[in-house]
Amino acid sequence: MQNNVLSSLKEHENKLLTIWSQLLLENGSTDGITEEEESKEFTSLLLDALRISNGNNQESEEFEKVHDLLIGISSSRAKRGFSPRENAQYLISFKEAASQILSELERDPVKLYDANLILGSVIDNMTIMTFEAYMKGREDVISRQIDEISEISTPVIRVWDGVVALPIIGTLDSSRTQVVMENLLQQIVDTGSSIAILDISGVPAVDSLVAQHLIKTVSATRLMGAECIISGIRPEIAQTVVHLGIDLTGIITKASLASALQTAFDMLQLTVVKRK
Amino acid sequence: MAIIRSRLMTTTTNNKEEILIIKEQDVVPLRNRVRDYGVKVGMSILNQTKLITATSELVRNLLKYGGGGKVVIESVSNGRDNGVRVTFIDNGPGIPDITLAMKDGYSTGKSLGLGLPGTKRLVNEFDIKTELGNGTTVTITKWKNG
Repeated sequence: MQNNVLSSLKEHENKLLTIWSQLLLENGSTDGITEEEESKEFTSLLLDALRISNGNNQESEEFEKVHDLLIGISSSRAKRGFSPRENAQYLISFKEAASQILSELERDPVKLYDANLILGSVIDNMTIMTFEAYMKGREDVISRQIDEISEISTPVIRVWDGVVALPIIGTLDSSRTQVVMENLLQQIVDTGSSIAILDISGVPAVDSLVAQHLIKTVSATRLMGAECIISGIRPEIAQTVVHLGIDLTGIITKASLASALQTAFDMLQLTVVKRK
Repeated sequence: MAIIRSRLMTTTTNNKEEILIIKEQDVVPLRNRVRDYGVKVGMSILNQTKLITATSELVRNLLKYGGGGKVVIESVSNGRDNGVRVTFIDNGPGIPDITLAMKDGYSTGKSLGLGLPGTKRLVNEFDIKTELGNGTTVTITKWKNG
C-alpha cells in the first residue's frame, strides 16, 4: 500500500509538534518544559520512520529507534508518577494532532481513510508498548521497595555483652522465618552470645504456622548452645495461643522486652544496681 | 392451655464482601479486611485477635490443601448480638476423614495439626462441609460478645 500523505507529514513536523503540545497542555498530561525535547525527538524519529517505510513495515530499523525512545519516555514518566491514563493520553494526543494535519493535506476520502488507518495501527501498537513499559517501570519501583523492606525487616541488635535481640515486625511466613533464623544464628556466632531474645510485639497474629516457625527458631538456637527467650506476648495473643492449643511450655516467654532482658541478666548472673 | 411458640433464631446479613485467594500475598489483605469488619461491629481486641487467628488458619488451609479459592466476609446479626461470619470455599480434593482432621495434632502436611480443631475453639460457630473431589467449605462465626 502506497500512501504519500503519511510521508508528507514530515514536511509539517513543526506544525504537528505545536498542535500536539497544545493538546497535551489542554488535557494536562504533560509537565511541560522537561518533556519538550523528548517529544521533539520522538516526532522527528516517528515521522522519519513513516516516511521511509510508509507505515507498512513496523519491524524496520527506523521504527525500532522510535520504540526504544518511546519505552524510555514511558518508564521515565512512570517513575515521575504519571497515571496510566495520562501516559496513554500522550500518544493518543499525537494521533489526534497527526489526523488533524492529514485531513488538511488530503482531500480524497479514500486516501485519507487509508492514511488514518495506518497511523492508527502504528500508534495503537505503540500504545500497547507504552503500557508495558509503564507497568515495567512501576514494577521496578515495587521490587526495589520489596528489597528495601526485606533488608530493614530483620535487624539483630546486640543489647548487652552476650545478649542479642531480634524484634520481629509483621507476619512471619516461611521465607521470612528463614531470613530471621539465618540472621539470628549468624549473629549468635559473630558476637559469641549465649542468649537470644525474639520480640514478637510487632506480630499481629500468632497462628499455628507462626508458632511452628517460632518453635523451630528456638530449637535451632538451642542447637547452637544459646538460650532463646520469646518476649512481647500481648494478653490477647496469649489467650489465642492457649485456645488454639499450641504448646509453648518448653520455651521461656515474657510479656515485655524489659522482663526478657531481666531474665537474661539473671541467667548471666548480672545485677543492675542503682548508683548511690 | 397456652401454646408457647419459640421464635426461630434467624440471622440477618448486613454487609457482604467476597475476596479471591490465589497466593500467599492475599492472606494479609484478607486479615486486614476481617479486622475491619470486627472493628465495625465493635468487637473487643481479644475477640478480634481470635477471629483473625482463626481466619489466618483457615486461609492457610485453603491455600495449602485447597489450592486457593474464595472467602466471603459478612457482618451478621441475630437480633441480640452482632458478629462477623467468614466462609472459606475451595474446589480442592476435599477431606477424606473429617473426624480425623478435627483431631488435635493430626496433620497430613508437616504442620502442628492444630488448624481445624484450634479454629473451632477460637470461634462461636463452626461448620464444615466437604466432599471428596468437590472441595471444602468452612463457615465460622464470631459474635461480638461471644
